[in-house]
Amino acid sequence: MKKAFLTLLLAVGALSLTSCGSGGGENGEVVVYNWGEYIDPDVLTSFEEETGIKVIYDEFETNEIMYPKVEAGASEYDVVCPSDYMIKKMIDNDMLAKINFDNVPNAKEYIDQQYYDQSKEFDPTGEYSVPYCWGTVGILYNKTMVDDPVDSWDILWNEKYADNILMQDSVRDAFMVALKRNGASMNSLDEAELNAAKDALIEQKPLVQAYVIDQVRDKMIGNEAALGVIYSGEAIYTQRENPDLEYVIPKEGTNVWIDSWVIPKNAPNKENAEKFIDYMCRPEIALKNFEYITYSTPNTGARELIEDEDIKNSKIAFPDLSQYDNLETFSYLGEEGDALYNALWKEVKSE
Amino acid sequence: MNKKTLAFPYVFWSAAFIVIPLCMVFYYGLTDDTGAFTFANIATIATAEHSKALLLSIELSLISTVICFLLAYPLAMILSAMKVGQHSFIVLIFILPMWMNFLLRTLAWQTLLEKTGVINSILAFLHLPALEIINTPAAIILGMVYNFLPFMVLPLYNALVKIDENVVNAARDLGANKVQTFLRITLPLSVPGIISGVTMVFIPALTTFVISTLLGGSKILLIGNVIEQEFTQTGNWHLGSGLSIVLMIFIIVNMVAEAFFDKDGEGTAL
Repeated sequence: MKKAFLTLLLAVGALSLTSCGSGGGENGEVVVYNWGEYIDPDVLTSFEEETGIKVIYDEFETNEIMYPKVEAGASEYDVVCPSDYMIKKMIDNDMLAKINFDNVPNAKEYIDQQYYDQSKEFDPTGEYSVPYCWGTVGILYNKTMVDDPVDSWDILWNEKYADNILMQDSVRDAFMVALKRNGASMNSLDEAELNAAKDALIEQKPLVQAYVIDQVRDKMIGNEAALGVIYSGEAIYTQRENPDLEYVIPKEGTNVWIDSWVIPKNAPNKENAEKFIDYMCRPEIALKNFEYITYSTPNTGARELIEDEDIKNSKIAFPDLSQYDNLETFSYLGEEGDALYNALWKEVKSE
Repeated sequence: MNKKTLAFPYVFWSAAFIVIPLCMVFYYGLTDDTGAFTFANIATIATAEHSKALLLSIELSLISTVICFLLAYPLAMILSAMKVGQHSFIVLIFILPMWMNFLLRTLAWQTLLEKTGVINSILAFLHLPALEIINTPAAIILGMVYNFLPFMVLPLYNALVKIDENVVNAARDLGANKVQTFLRITLPLSVPGIISGVTMVFIPALTTFVISTLLGGSKILLIGNVIEQEFTQTGNWHLGSGLSIVLMIFIIVNMVAEAFFDKDGEGTAL
């Protein structure tokens, strides 16, 4: 009996052992948690070579997957790259550390002021986040497969394109499409509006080929579907691979999002995190990332360095947002709002 | 003393990776946000979305199990009738795909079945109608059967190979024809293998969420998907654990029912 107890004690003891010790390169390490395929891998290598800081890199597919992992704290990240509304949620729940901007001089110098202004919506004091990429959400369509004009979210409900439509498999993006189509705000908490959006998504479901996230890109390139909801940053890449594809911001308006670097409160290597963010804001590095991932960069230095005039003035990468009405940025809806959206989304998915 | 020392790794293993996680599942499943005791998480199985997902999971995994059985039994019989040198080669061929990761093989099916995928390109070239099963329940069943078939074949093969040839010969000698011999000798003697195979196909099929996501286009929600999403996306561990408990109850009932048929307990010995 005594022995059994001892065994159990040992087992629990071994479990509670966490990886202590700084480890890593000569100057320690930095643990980065970023979106999938959202950085040029060469940049990580050159950062390691220059600073001697070892980069441990991890990826997520949606904000909703990222949040519980950071919240649980089992894996301690130093730098994370969430979107607007999720940053607000993390600030509200006291999960983020203030960034010391004195250690991030490139962020002040090269990131355009307009993106800091826009960030005020989710980071009112501007102390927690440094913009990394921004963009819109729109419809990517294949010109050879669609013969109607594509200018409205409504086309995603057109029965002609049954089994040829790809929707985003994340709750806020899916509801954004339905809410905007119905003329509502994508941050709506009005039950009638949300139920109407849910009904619309259920009505649309038989026409949807699949709910996917990163795969929209490959499926559209491979002519698997005619229409797909996609982030603007993927559009340039897909057009490069398949010239039949065209990207449109629907007239009902859409989501203008910003993904920003933040430092979690429990980050073990905060100084290295700031060094990493500063490095990412260096114009040449931001340019390398832009060329690799083709998501719009808020870095003015990097945009000036773009050699290809078509890309530099691309309407997709750097749209003039003043010509669109009803553009919005997601806001954090609170625990109850999240729960409501999740419950409705589950109803859609189980239909 | 010596035996107990040898058991230490197992005790450690089961405490760390079975007992403690199970206790956590029960703790989360039976409490709410405030830590108060509740059955509410378990009761949510009665909601339309959850019960629908559970019933669909049961339906698809039952169909898959039956198909696996019908495919595997003749194969296992052929294998067990072969000479040693031959059958080990065929068993090897059968197990070979399992050396590759299960996710990769399922992703490969996605590429094969897509509208512009390999199979449809070949069919189009031959002017045959396209195969449109990707993102439907049929694709999920295909994925289940493909992934879990070896788990049905191997126990069946083990059970059949153990049958003493003399018993079969005696039956034939006493005038039973082939069908009678099969129905009254071979089949009953292979019941332990059948039970083991059914368990090893039905349970992973019932709980899968990867196959339904990859081959169902996230359009078809199985109970495994619901639980996965509660943990990874919604972050409601209480609800996820509550539904896991329901699923565990289903599996336990299943195993008790099997133990009832498999009185000798041979089925669990692979």
